Amino acid sequence: MRTLVFVEDASDELSQQAVVMAKGLGGDVAAVAIDPSGGYAPAAWAQTLVEIAQSRGATAITAPGSERGNEILAHVAAKLDQPMAANCVSVAGGDPATVTRVRWGGSLLEEARLLGSPLLYTSAAHAIAAEPISDVETVPVTSALSELDQAVRVVEQVPASTSGVSLTDADVVVSGGRGVGSAEGFSIIEELAELLGGAVGCSRAVTSAGWRPHSDQVGQTGSKVSPEIYIACGISGATQHMAGVKGAKRLLAINPDGEASIFAGADYAVIGDLHEVVPAISAEIRKVKGT
Amino acid sequence: MNILVCVKRVPLTGGKIVLTEDAQAIQTRHLGFTVSPHEECGAEEAVRLVEQHGGTSTALTIGPPEAEEQLRDLMAIGVDQGIHLVTDGSEWDPQATGAAIVAAVRAQPEPYDLILFGNESADSGNFQVQVRVAQALGLPVVNGIKAISLEGSSLRCEQETSAGRDVYTVPTPAVVSVKEGINLPRYPSVPGRMRAKRKPIEASQPAKPQARLAMVRLVLPETSNKQAEVLGHGAEAAPAVVEILQSIGVM
Amino acid sequence: MATNDSASLPARQRIVIIGAGIVGNSVAYHLTQLGETEITLLDKGPLPNPGGSTGHASNFIFPVDHSKEMTALTKESMRQYKDLDVYLECGGIEVARSEERMQELNRRMVSAKTWGIAPVSLISPQQIKELVPFINEELLIGGFSTPGAGVVDSLRAATLMRERAAQAGMTIAANTEVLDLVVTHGRIRGVKTTKGDIEADRVVIACGCWSPRIARMAGANIPLTPAVHQMIDIGPVPRFQDAKTLVDYPIVRDMDTNMYERQDGGGLEIGSYAHRPILMDSDDIPSIEESALSPTELPFTQADFELQMEQALELMPEIVGDESVGVRYAINGLLSVTLDGLPLIGETPEVKGLWSAAAIWIKEGPGSGKTVAELMVYGESEIDIYDSNIARAYPHQKTKAHIRARASEGFNKMYGIVHPAEQWESDRRVKLSPYYEREQELGAIFYEAAGWERPQWYESNASLLEEFGDRVTHREAEWESRWWSPIINAEHLALRDRAGYTDLTAFCIFDVTGPRALDVVQRVAVRQMDVPTGRVVYTPVLIPSGGFKADLTIMRMADDVFRVVTGGAWGMSDLKWFSDHLPADGTAQIHDRTNSLTTLGLWGPRARDILSSVTADDVSNDALAFGRWKAIEVGSLEVIASRISYVGDLGWELYVPIEQGAKLWDTIAEAGLPHGAVPVGAGVYGSTGRLEKCYRAYGAELEGEYDVVEAGMAWGKVKDQDFVGKEAHVRQRSETPAASMCTLTVDDHTSSSGVKRYMMGGEPILTGDGEPITDAKGRRSYVTSAGSGPSIGKYILMGYLPPEQATVGNQLTVQYMGERYPLTVATIDSTPVFDPDNARVRS
Repeated sequence: MRTLVFVEDASDELSQQAVVMAKGLGGDVAAVAIDPSGGYAPAAWAQTLVEIAQSRGATAITAPGSERGNEILAHVAAKLDQPMAANCVSVAGGDPATVTRVRWGGSLLEEARLLGSPLLYTSAAHAIAAEPISDVETVPVTSALSELDQAVRVVEQVPASTSGVSLTDADVVVSGGRGVGSAEGFSIIEELAELLGGAVGCSRAVTSAGWRPHSDQVGQTGSKVSPEIYIACGISGATQHMAGVKGAKRLLAINPDGEASIFAGADYAVIGDLHEVVPAISAEIRKVKGT
Repeated sequence: MNILVCVKRVPLTGGKIVLTEDAQAIQTRHLGFTVSPHEECGAEEAVRLVEQHGGTSTALTIGPPEAEEQLRDLMAIGVDQGIHLVTDGSEWDPQATGAAIVAAVRAQPEPYDLILFGNESADSGNFQVQVRVAQALGLPVVNGIKAISLEGSSLRCEQETSAGRDVYTVPTPAVVSVKEGINLPRYPSVPGRMRAKRKPIEASQPAKPQARLAMVRLVLPETSNKQAEVLGHGAEAAPAVVEILQSIGVM
Repeated sequence: MATNDSASLPARQRIVIIGAGIVGNSVAYHLTQLGETEITLLDKGPLPNPGGSTGHASNFIFPVDHSKEMTALTKESMRQYKDLDVYLECGGIEVARSEERMQELNRRMVSAKTWGIAPVSLISPQQIKELVPFINEELLIGGFSTPGAGVVDSLRAATLMRERAAQAGMTIAANTEVLDLVVTHGRIRGVKTTKGDIEADRVVIACGCWSPRIARMAGANIPLTPAVHQMIDIGPVPRFQDAKTLVDYPIVRDMDTNMYERQDGGGLEIGSYAHRPILMDSDDIPSIEESALSPTELPFTQADFELQMEQALELMPEIVGDESVGVRYAINGLLSVTLDGLPLIGETPEVKGLWSAAAIWIKEGPGSGKTVAELMVYGESEIDIYDSNIARAYPHQKTKAHIRARASEGFNKMYGIVHPAEQWESDRRVKLSPYYEREQELGAIFYEAAGWERPQWYESNASLLEEFGDRVTHREAEWESRWWSPIINAEHLALRDRAGYTDLTAFCIFDVTGPRALDVVQRVAVRQMDVPTGRVVYTPVLIPSGGFKADLTIMRMADDVFRVVTGGAWGMSDLKWFSDHLPADGTAQIHDRTNSLTTLGLWGPRARDILSSVTADDVSNDALAFGRWKAIEVGSLEVIASRISYVGDLGWELYVPIEQGAKLWDTIAEAGLPHGAVPVGAGVYGSTGRLEKCYRAYGAELEGEYDVVEAGMAWGKVKDQDFVGKEAHVRQRSETPAASMCTLTVDDHTSSSGVKRYMMGGEPILTGDGEPITDAKGRRSYVTSAGSGPSIGKYILMGYLPPEQATVGNQLTVQYMGERYPLTVATIDSTPVFDPDNARVRS
């Protein structure tokens, strides 16, 4: 097995995981990054990888299951017209290769066979522990690009406005679901988040109802968060939502329904109505802090 | 602007997924169906672009006969017409899906200026059909887009990153996959629903090629056997919660 | 179990209530009010909304219903909702798109007056428009306005009642699923749950759609089916943007399309009972965690709602046609539907101590809760629920197939124009009498009676119309001619002039046997049952407060065998009542003979000639007097001939084993031929015949709200032996009754349009000035039964009147279809209007 791993950079955790998973295939593993100085250009970068892979006789090409990793590998697969498996939690070489990959944002797994060569897959985030990458080879973008390969490239980068703690970086996320009941109902969620220096999150039901902006949405189609503690208030725990909180270190769920799915993934439970519980927690924090 | 938006019928799951006995699919007996959330936004975006710039929006799906419901749902919010590639309901792998879409697009008399996808489907999440379609059609493709604006014959597309926003300018015709949050899809109005019934759907039954990403079976991930520790009932639990918050150092 | 929530359950309780929706909470609250506090209320779901039908109900209440019982339950529920301060009175309008519907709205006016619901009015399309400015009044002919209609917060009501019950000592266990019910020797012993077991003396199933599943755990049957009710919410509605309350505009029921539209804050809720019936099995309802919304909010099926959207659009174009107003919520909501559209209340006949409080909707929830609590504590309830008694169903009526058939048929009649005599079409021909083939040959028009096919009249008797000519009244208006034929009146006259024989197979018959059989019948029956073998006793059966539970006949067949014969409609309820009074030690038993015996009635002046021509036994008055039975031989048949009559003529009920029925029929028919005897349908037996004799019927004249004295049936002295209701009965005999059962005749049937109209029952009896008549107990006078009296040439009504109105010759009126008709009080006691001396029956 000769495996080429696309890495975003040596310090990127998902890239490190991708290398670890690739090593599990056995054989040679080469970690390759692409010189980003020309700006991110997915098709061009993919073409570069294809050429390197072909020149080195790679039998597998892989990437981390990140936005870019998946995008680039999809281009590689399209260019080679070979099958590709995205977000694998395990992979085994052989003919055919077999993978176990993530569906439904992690709520379901699929065992599949890949009938093609080279073996193309991306590794699912956090499926495997990261290890430092000893040698990353940074290669320039190939010069042999088609017009199409050059058509798409990042032309501008707009920095994020830095107001408050971002959802993805926050140590505490206080999140509200359908149970909050209304846009106004979020005032108690905001209050608790502020007291804890955290960010406000919400479920998809909430954004669909127009109570919060989509940027607050945690879940399969929203943000994936990784706080020290995630406080889920009035969230039932639909699979769509749970896909976004897998990275949380601890989960505290507040829900009147003791059988709510949210408790299945929770470390701590408060059974009750969030409209009573959340203000009580805020009051208790104030009391403890003496403010 | 002629816009095609590609969508997939997926079940609306609750808190617990149940598989069919043969582990080939999700048990959907009690579930409703929708299109993937990203795609729903894609359809809304198509409708808005047509509202702003004129043209026609078309929704395409590959799916069982029942997937017509999803095409009608999107027509109810303003999509003009539908293309239904009718299957027996079994899953098509990304290459087969991409090839069928490409064939359908090529069969149209007029080329599309924009082909919209969701960034990935809610269920299988293969992250690749749109790239395969673009490659085959010789079109540029951008992914994970959360803002689209038409600038001349190019599209300004914005992508959210951890650092802010990456901006692409893409010449049309192009393929763009979008993410939820690009817009807030409208609810269908009753007149919209009724108009949807009369809008045209072109149905055909493409032959299904051999899968190359061949699903063997679905597996439910092992649920952690952890038992949530009940800190209490109602407001009385507050001190216990604060104790936990203190112990993990977030206060 | 996801959480380690180990709040422990009590090890034993007097009562466990399963289900914390509006019904379970209401039962709990009322039980605590009545002093029962050792109660646990369980639900598998969370509180306050455990995921049942209460959680997605549209929550509105229109108080007017044609059924007395349902109106009473609804009125009581409204009272409670108002007490709890969760009732928002917004008014409601039932609108008519057709003339036929306007007639139905006229009937609603009548029912409102009968049951005392005011104010109500018929309003014009323009008036509707003023109240509901977004309606397209051009589609409408008129409307029935109920300003007192309103919307309730049922979850809040449930919560308040639960809290009050908890304050009284009740234990609440949410998120606690029932795994099994423990039954030994036919009695409930306890409940096994995911959080432990509870021993209990009584268990109440208030589980809505899930009730059949829970009942089955105990081997009991709560015969209902979950059915889908489609509902959508559209918004935001610009007109409702500044709504002052949740509902600023009256609720609109679009009766012709089986739909409703109501404001819900900034949105408009549109619901339908018009779509195809979509039934489920209670075992099929998804779990809470499998559900995208809740277990009873299933995915909306758009295709079933297409027509409804169009109909809503045409009725309310301003809102429904607004492009900016979107469908924000759409569900296939589950609710409970039964074999006859009525609730299932009471102890299950299968398991002692296991109670059903099921198939109860929001509008009758708290009233039903109170009723269940009273039945459990007192054995009777303020509101008599004879129609909703779960014991009413015969075995075949409790099968899934039957319930599904009837629920499907009944679903689209939710707002339908239902005629009082309308017959079910589905799942018929299940129970056929031994005479069925003969009856078919005679062109019988079959109605359903207790599940049996029973002739209402015979087309073969059409020739009698000519024979009796002017003595037969015909009906001019379509409504009253529907489900009716003048042949009924002709059959009546043939019976009175000659003889008639009638199929009584639908009787419910059971024997009480054993050493203590006498004690049982003495305890249940008002009349003296320690009579010689060979006697037939007609007796009231009372509830503890002296109101009626039943009226029936009991034949003493032997020293230790008493044969109870009761009408099919209440047969199963009566059977349960007797069973409930059996000694625990097995020294008396009940044997149901309903399906092993058949009855053929033979009455008329020539009846004795006919019977004596086929038997060698002496059937003279001396040998077989009124109120006696005797075994006689008719050819090779041994027949029990019972000398009683519900049509007031000479004759017998003839009983034979059911397989010999056809032979009996043939024998009687043949012997009757030379005497001019004809087959006679139930139109005579149950209506014209009995009305001329002023015989009371249970469920019409006789019910829990009225006592024996009021019914004019306090004949003879009170027996020495104790019986249920004796104390009250003795007291009632010493008091002046607040009302008396009277018979009235209609003086003039001619309406303002010149068409003769005939009341159907249920109409208000008014003073000559048109004022409602109310007795000292607050009960209104209304027509309990109505029908022709062909022999007396008058149309007969029955009804209770207070003493000041109950005088022979008193002139009163009756309201019918928007007009009033003059009446005269004919009798004020049990004296019949035909053959007042009862010479015929005793001849």
